[in-house]
Amino acid sequence: MILIWLLVILFAAGILAGIADRWNSRLPRWIALVAISADLALTAGLWIGRSSSPTGPWIEEVDWNWIPGFGIHFHLAVDGLSLLMLMLTFFLGIVSVLTSWTEIRERVGFFHFNLLWVLTGIAGVFLAVDLFLFYFAWELMLIPMYFLIVIWGHERRVYAAVKFFLFTQCSGLLMLIAILALYFVHHQATGIYTFEYSELLGTHLSPGVELLVMLGFFVAFAVKLPAVPLHTWLPDAHTQAPTAGSVILAGLLLKTGAYGLIRFVVPLFPHAAHQFTPVALILGVTGIVYGAVMAYSQTDFKRLVAYTSVSHLGFVLLGIFSWNQLALQGAVITMICHGLSTGGMFVLVGGLQERLHTRDLERMGGLWTAVPRLSGAVLFFSMASLGLPGIGDFVGEFLVLLGSYRISVPITVVASIGVLTSTFYALRIAQRAFQGPNPHPWRLSDLTPREGVMVAAMIAGLLWLGLYPQPVLNTFQPALQNLQHEASTTTAAVRR
Amino acid sequence: MSTRDLFALLPLLLIAASAVVVMLAIALKRDPGLAAGLTLTGLTAAFLSIWAAAGVVPRQVTSLLLVDQYALFYMGLIIASAATAVALAWRYFEKHHEQREELYLLLLLATLGCAVLVASSHFVSFLLGLEVLSVSLYGMVAYLTDRRPALEAGIKYLILASASSAFLLFGMALIYAATGTMEFSKLREVSLSGSPFILLSGIALTLTGIGFKLGVVPFHLWAPDVYQGASPPVAAFVATTSKSAMVALLLRYFYLSGALRNHAVFLVVATIAVLSMCAGNFLALRQTNVKRILAYSSIAHFGYILVAFLAGSTMAAGAVAFYLVAYTVTILASFGVVTVLSNPGQDAEDLEDYRGLFWRRPAIAGVFTVALLSLAGIPATIGFLGKFYILAAGANAAAWPLILILVVTSVAGLFYYLRIVVALFSDPPEHAAPLEVLSRSGVVVLAVLAVLMIWLGVYPSPLLDLIRTSLAGLN
Repeated sequence: MILIWLLVILFAAGILAGIADRWNSRLPRWIALVAISADLALTAGLWIGRSSSPTGPWIEEVDWNWIPGFGIHFHLAVDGLSLLMLMLTFFLGIVSVLTSWTEIRERVGFFHFNLLWVLTGIAGVFLAVDLFLFYFAWELMLIPMYFLIVIWGHERRVYAAVKFFLFTQCSGLLMLIAILALYFVHHQATGIYTFEYSELLGTHLSPGVELLVMLGFFVAFAVKLPAVPLHTWLPDAHTQAPTAGSVILAGLLLKTGAYGLIRFVVPLFPHAAHQFTPVALILGVTGIVYGAVMAYSQTDFKRLVAYTSVSHLGFVLLGIFSWNQLALQGAVITMICHGLSTGGMFVLVGGLQERLHTRDLERMGGLWTAVPRLSGAVLFFSMASLGLPGIGDFVGEFLVLLGSYRISVPITVVASIGVLTSTFYALRIAQRAFQGPNPHPWRLSDLTPREGVMVAAMIAGLLWLGLYPQPVLNTFQPALQNLQHEASTTTAAVRR
Repeated sequence: MSTRDLFALLPLLLIAASAVVVMLAIALKRDPGLAAGLTLTGLTAAFLSIWAAAGVVPRQVTSLLLVDQYALFYMGLIIASAATAVALAWRYFEKHHEQREELYLLLLLATLGCAVLVASSHFVSFLLGLEVLSVSLYGMVAYLTDRRPALEAGIKYLILASASSAFLLFGMALIYAATGTMEFSKLREVSLSGSPFILLSGIALTLTGIGFKLGVVPFHLWAPDVYQGASPPVAAFVATTSKSAMVALLLRYFYLSGALRNHAVFLVVATIAVLSMCAGNFLALRQTNVKRILAYSSIAHFGYILVAFLAGSTMAAGAVAFYLVAYTVTILASFGVVTVLSNPGQDAEDLEDYRGLFWRRPAIAGVFTVALLSLAGIPATIGFLGKFYILAAGANAAAWPLILILVVTSVAGLFYYLRIVVALFSDPPEHAAPLEVLSRSGVVVLAVLAVLMIWLGVYPSPLLDLIRTSLAGLN
């Protein structure tokens, strides 16, 4: 039942926030903050209270009949992986509310309505284990995100929002067709109509069909991830979105793509995914290098950070398709750390834009003297991005490289060069914006206590993951083992 | 004719009777409120009588009409959508015109024609129903005689509809010449496998007549002009009630006669479906008139419906029925928004009229947004489940090319729906006209439709069960 509450609280708070704007424009902010904090507390309770030797694959689940005519269930469940993703969702949810505290001054109620509903959709994606419900949540999170960009975004917001929507919608529909194909193939084999994840696992597909169906899923997740030829919506959407929108896009929406690959593509279609490995590895490593090179040549600060996401998520793709535990652990750690470090970066860039009214790196410079604490924080997140040991990102990328080394040395070498390139863009941020002469005599206020608390929390999280990641590894380890077990038994069955 | 036959025909009889009552009432006293009230009462009575009729079905009443669960389901849909159009028309025409009572008379007759169509199992009742519907529609489309676009639309519709009726009649004659029967179910016994040329030409010509009413490509040319020229409540009626009836008839005609098993017929319908999906969605991209956008969008939607129709299973018939309900509710809501925002001088049809509407009238713009998202097939709206059902039916029949085209064109469709949504949520114009008080009946109708769009989009099981029982007797 607690899982239902997670969604209901956000959903209801969204409506309440939309209405509360009429009485007081500060009220929606507090409603959002309280609701998301409540969800964070509930999830943390689940995390701490989970038993060390669970009986089934799920820590907690709810299963209701929804549309019996089609065999559709309202089935929510969490394991260690989705639990961590939920923690990240609610944590970054709080960050997005706080970072909008002074940035969003108009239409506050409707803003928080959308913010809470996009979080509902994302939480739904991480919780759903019925494929229909998953698709439902997958599409549902787009609409509020679209509104966040199109109403509160920057100069080219309509273009960016429509592009974002078309990309995700088109790939989503391909996934829907793939889901339906799987559904009917399963029905032909067993005579049961079901969208249930655990029952569809191990469905026997002929190799050609399996590859096509797998591609339907893969494209949808690769657009979200984003993998390189399908990434073009991302720089526009991230740049044009308001700060909270960028935090959610980079920190959470991209993770839904990676989560989908781990949860659905690999266990449902292990054979086809194995076949697809070389392509996926090349896509991953292209993303790493391309993202880093593109980031280096940007002058728009937000666009730069957006391209670093392409680079980091390339590591996730690499980790997932390296087919060993080490790399997969690295992929999950990278997902979490990227959420924190890029989220933090967007918060700080948003803060800078609020102060300077520009995102142009060329016009900044010498900010260290004007805003020392903010500059220090940016430096920390840049170091996280370039993979400084001691910070979480390093752990993730290191594990991925260790794992991918086992299956392909050339790919690993190129990926390592990508890590090197990230040094260039990270240092360029520090030099361009914060060091050197101060051409404008900026007089700016430094980090406010509200911003300071947010940033400090994210830094603490990254340091924890960098120095002592074991508790987190222990949390998702059983889940990953389950998934790999499913994948290997299916492959074995097919080979026989 | 026995009492049970009369019971089975009760919905038809009540609609016909209320047409007479409304005519007499107009003769005695001209009062639009009275006429609309009587019309609504008559339609409500006819709607309720469906339950009385449900006790005696399935029943073949003479060889012309087959009243079964299927016919009753579509009668319910038709009567409900007609009643909604009446509720919308009431305040709209009160603000507008001198002689506004006859509209209800025409509307009742058109509804009667539709109800005959959904129950017909014979070419004679098919033609009778169609002509009663068409002739009433000529009058309804051109009803606002002081407007040039309305007259133009009326004339255009008159000429094209008569031509298509002539084709239809000729097609029926050819089929009769080839087979010697006019009953749909007897056609099945005549072998289609030898594909006698005359029979095939006959089927093609009847398809022309049906295609015209559905407004599918290449018989769609009237649709944008008629949607734009007619008043919004009438356009809503044309888009929903008449088209639902035609789809119901098409399904019964083709399923009973087994015409889809013929490869050539299948190919022709598939081509029509593909052309409609492409043309509808791509032609809408550059429109700036909301009514025209809705017209092109409905061309595309009937392309989708034909995809499900081609799948040709019970599941496909269910998908068609569900999609029609989704489409009807959503289009009624869209035209409802256009209706309540229109002024006596000018309909709210330009995209500019909707700029910033959300910040001025959040509720109305909210309903419109939900309707547009439903047309685009976004989850949590009924339109999504409709599209899901069609895709499922298509996947079940392994019609992969058709459903891929559906997906690609519907993404293009998103583009123009989003254009309206962007307009709704952009900043309002500086010199906006002051807000007028909206008609209460219109707002109530919109509220009901909005609830339906979301409720059925999240919890469709009752509707699915209803459709399943209604289809039990189709094969």
